Amino acid sequence: MAGKPVLHDFNGRSRMESIRWLLAAAGVEFEEKFITCPEDLERLKNDGLLMFQQIPLVEMDGMKLVQSRAILNYIATKYNLYGKDMKERLLIDMYTEGILDLYEIVSRLPRTPPDQIDSKTALIRDRTKNRYFPVFEKVMLKSHGQDYLVGNKLSRVDILLVELLYLVEEVDVSLLADFPLLQALKTRISNLPNVKKFLQPGGQRKPRATQKVIEEARKIFKF
Amino acid sequence: MASKPKLYYFCGRGRMESIRWLLAAAGVEFEEEFLETREQYEKLQEDGRLLFGQVPLVEIDGMTLTQTRAILSYLAAKYNLYGKDLKERVRIDMYVDGTLDLMLTIALAAFSAPEDREKAQASIVQKAKTRYFPAFEKILKDHGEDYLIGNKFSWADIQLLEAILMVEELDAPVLSDFPLLKAFKTRISNIPTIKKFLQPGSPRKPPPDRHYVETVRRVLQF
Repeated sequence: MAGKPVLHDFNGRSRMESIRWLLAAAGVEFEEKFITCPEDLERLKNDGLLMFQQIPLVEMDGMKLVQSRAILNYIATKYNLYGKDMKERLLIDMYTEGILDLYEIVSRLPRTPPDQIDSKTALIRDRTKNRYFPVFEKVMLKSHGQDYLVGNKLSRVDILLVELLYLVEEVDVSLLADFPLLQALKTRISNLPNVKKFLQPGGQRKPRATQKVIEEARKIFKF
Repeated sequence: MASKPKLYYFCGRGRMESIRWLLAAAGVEFEEEFLETREQYEKLQEDGRLLFGQVPLVEIDGMTLTQTRAILSYLAAKYNLYGKDLKERVRIDMYVDGTLDLMLTIALAAFSAPEDREKAQASIVQKAKTRYFPAFEKILKDHGEDYLIGNKFSWADIQLLEAILMVEELDAPVLSDFPLLKAFKTRISNIPTIKKFLQPGSPRKPPPDRHYVETVRRVLQF
């Protein structure tokens, strides 16, 4: 039988974090090999494991997978978290891309230079309240009491959205106040046994980045 | 019979160009409505056709689609350009993600300040030569086949050709160290639907110029 997926990444939140959430929600145990110094990253490159010289890298089913979207697509398909047909898949993809756009802005905040933090935070508030959250609140409203965003069944987009809700709360907890159905989704998904385990202390979810962690990452990845 | 897909975007490449390539390569005729004014854009928003207030927008199969990657994945699957199974699909996803990243940096460079643009473009060419092209040259070398995946024409081949041509516009001899990519470029360019798309008068759009950048800035107000 194939071994567990192996995740090669920095020991912190990165583009791998959504992959961790999805594997955990799917009930898939995984191992992690952390890159702790520049030499670790060089070795991965020199061994030809990184197709575009970048992480994340997930070794799974005999393959060396890179590019976070490709990895998420694979896991979602394999574990039946990608809708039941092309049309559901399309909806999931559309919602996912929107979430990833906001996710990108929010996840970069810890690395923002001090003089830009206020304007970036204002951008996050504006996008969250005016562009993204209203769309998903409306989807939940129109689904007439269904528990999930697409097809009345748990899919990758519920998990990714809840991950984003947690991240947005870390920026400003009041941002969820006007979106009761999203809050309910967050509670429901967080209580799924696999997700609950992932979120508990000792689970593989990575904590919010501290300045120390960011500095370490800078040394390794040179950004 | 189903009507043609309709594309709503600026009259230029941006995020819509890869969609034009994919439709053209699949032999699908499409219509286009070009955004020139703020009013056009606001009307699309008011009509509720822009899910997150953004273009590209594609109307196809009775649906209103936004988000470039979602549209591309749907079209690739619809026109059988997405591999035969999950293992081929993940490889296609890895390759197109890489080429799309590269092409989006080129699209964004057009919006940088004039004094920064040359540096940005040089950096893109450098990335193409050291990160992306070597990876694809190796793939072609390792299997010796005509196409990137499964010995069959796919979305990944279309997008790699598109990316190659874009980088060549920045640096004409960029393929000089990549003989297999050179041969690949010729081979894929000669596929009849693609050959037609590469001829003058096709829906293919030219590189971004000042007029294009000004139009986008005016319509999207940034």
